[in-house]
Amino acid sequence: MAETITIGKALNHGLRRSLEQNSKVVIMGEDVGKLGGVFRITDGLQKDFGDDRVIDTPLAEAGIVGTAVGLAIRGYRPVCEIQFDGFVFPAYNQIVAQVAKMFYRSNGKVRLPIVIRIPFGGGIGAVEHHSESPEAYFSHTPGLKVVTCSNPADAYSMIQQAINSDDPVVFFEPKRRYWEKGEVDLDADIAGAYPLHEARIAREGTDATLIAYGPMVRTALDAASAAAEDGRNLEVIDLRSLSPVDYDKIYSSVRRTGRAVVVHEAPGNIGLGAELAARITEHCFYSLEAPVLRVTGYDIPYPAARVEEEYLPDLDRVLDAVDRSFGW
Amino acid sequence: MANGESIVGADAPAGGFVQLLTPDGERVDSVTTADGITYSVDFTDDEYRELYRDLVTVRRLDAEATALQRQGELGIWASLLGQEAAQVGSGRAMRPQDMAFPTYREHGVLYTRGIDPIMPFGLFRGVDQGGWDANEHRFNGYTIVIGSQTLHATGYAMGVTMDGKTGGPDGEAVIAYFGDGATSQGEVNEAFVWAGVFHAPMVFFCQNNQYAISEPLERQTRIPLYRRAAGYGFPGVRIDGNDVLASFAVTRAALDNARNGQGPTLIEAYTYRMGAHTSSDDPTRYRIASEVESWKAKDPISRLRAFLAKQQVADESFFDEVDETAKTLALSLRERVLEMPDPQPISMFDNVYPHGSPELDAQRAQFAEYHASFEGSDH
Repeated sequence: MAETITIGKALNHGLRRSLEQNSKVVIMGEDVGKLGGVFRITDGLQKDFGDDRVIDTPLAEAGIVGTAVGLAIRGYRPVCEIQFDGFVFPAYNQIVAQVAKMFYRSNGKVRLPIVIRIPFGGGIGAVEHHSESPEAYFSHTPGLKVVTCSNPADAYSMIQQAINSDDPVVFFEPKRRYWEKGEVDLDADIAGAYPLHEARIAREGTDATLIAYGPMVRTALDAASAAAEDGRNLEVIDLRSLSPVDYDKIYSSVRRTGRAVVVHEAPGNIGLGAELAARITEHCFYSLEAPVLRVTGYDIPYPAARVEEEYLPDLDRVLDAVDRSFGW
Repeated sequence: MANGESIVGADAPAGGFVQLLTPDGERVDSVTTADGITYSVDFTDDEYRELYRDLVTVRRLDAEATALQRQGELGIWASLLGQEAAQVGSGRAMRPQDMAFPTYREHGVLYTRGIDPIMPFGLFRGVDQGGWDANEHRFNGYTIVIGSQTLHATGYAMGVTMDGKTGGPDGEAVIAYFGDGATSQGEVNEAFVWAGVFHAPMVFFCQNNQYAISEPLERQTRIPLYRRAAGYGFPGVRIDGNDVLASFAVTRAALDNARNGQGPTLIEAYTYRMGAHTSSDDPTRYRIASEVESWKAKDPISRLRAFLAKQQVADESFFDEVDETAKTLALSLRERVLEMPDPQPISMFDNVYPHGSPELDAQRAQFAEYHASFEGSDH
């Protein structure tokens, strides 16, 4: 049954389906129960599955992730909600030092199928710590997988795939896009869904490749539509998986277009865009018509809300980068 | 159980502790704390002798490990010297279905779980990162980041409750080990909060060995550690950590309470790290010899030996046999450690992800190719 729903609702449906299908799945986090989460992503789940399955936790992020480790050793599949991107750092030690390393440390004998959901990114007019993009920290860490969705259909399937995964998965949700709608087939068999760690060509094009993920996919698609009016046919790749990255899809696109622009909200310095640029340069060197360019947040702490629109990459900044690529 | 003052042994710190065997080897029949909880043990002669054997064995194995490190055969060793009673007593108090979450010093607990003592040596020799299955051994991996395992234990204990495995004598209980330094960690305090709130079936077993590397207890706390439990809403009790009987009795009672659904307990085992923090440490820089000497008089093994001799439960021939058997075990351990093969370098790419990784496969292949390129050369 295909329905038109928001990203937030799609995540809610996906979580519900996982809770239904696997009794070992538990949701844990601050305000995820009666309130349904501050973004209502877990709305109604505690009512239907009980407070043993949807657990309102004490206000302590290290505790959320640290106890999830123990639950996972016990055989559970915990889905942790970190309320906002900037609040993940108290749990950073557990994620990087424990969650990421347990499988390796145990010579492959202890699996931690934990999902850590983090609403991320800016554009919602919030105070400090509520608009950050910390994905590079986690993508840099071996042992973790990192994904992010950009539309309702992916939100619905990817959250279920992440929960089914035997890897620990950090699942970034594009919070300012929570209310964007799209069509979702709620009855689709998840086994047949698009693979979790593959990038997707969100728009086919021939002249340049825009690479984006999470909240910036919408921005990149809008930029591509605007460029089309100027007669430029841009391809847009939705990365979806930040670790591992589906490089093959990127390379084949860039070899066709000869130009690549990476877009993300996080600061550019040592960010995902830097790694993508390095790899594309190494693997597509003779196909490139211009250096790989990046459109990113600036190398500053996330600024005050009244100026965040100037900080965030937008359609014009993306098109400006495309112009620079063509002007090379 | 006792959040109030415990019973005072002659050598107890202010506030007292539960002691069932004095440093001179005098047996205290039972101890009743201020809260009216009575602790005692009821061991057969055989059981007393086996406890003694455990203590001597884990000390002897530890000495062998220290020697191996000094000879360059281990990268580092974290000695349990002085803490044998705390570990053997609490370890033997566990029932088979119970689960332990150790730090990196719980070799004595590991031994009491019936685990081959060689298991953690891969970690210290540098041939692996531990590499054992927590569930198979009911003994989690050694955790090196201070205090992190207390949260893992708490989550695991929540799972025990969710599985309906509490509420009777067959129930499961969980024990988390940590030290005095760890009590300052935020994660340990979070574990206390969670265990209290979720009434987790577990025991927090703090070996207060008086030092966090160089920093004395006074740098971690203004009150006795066991009294912290009151603030989190569960009982705390201090024991003479050099008394294997008190360690057994109090841990057994706390684990049984947990398995029966009565929630967590904090046990502070008041003991002393007789050796260095690890083989890389030099304790003469921060503590005086007379302090170490005063703790030697409280040795966990000599007091049990004195008791056994006085009670004629064991004689010199038994003690000699135990020493000899422990030595044989230690020498066999030594041989097996020396035989541990170095891992193949290419195996470093294994077990990063449960289902592998094409990216790492490529790096592995590159690594192999690079190394193959030196074949036949002088490298």
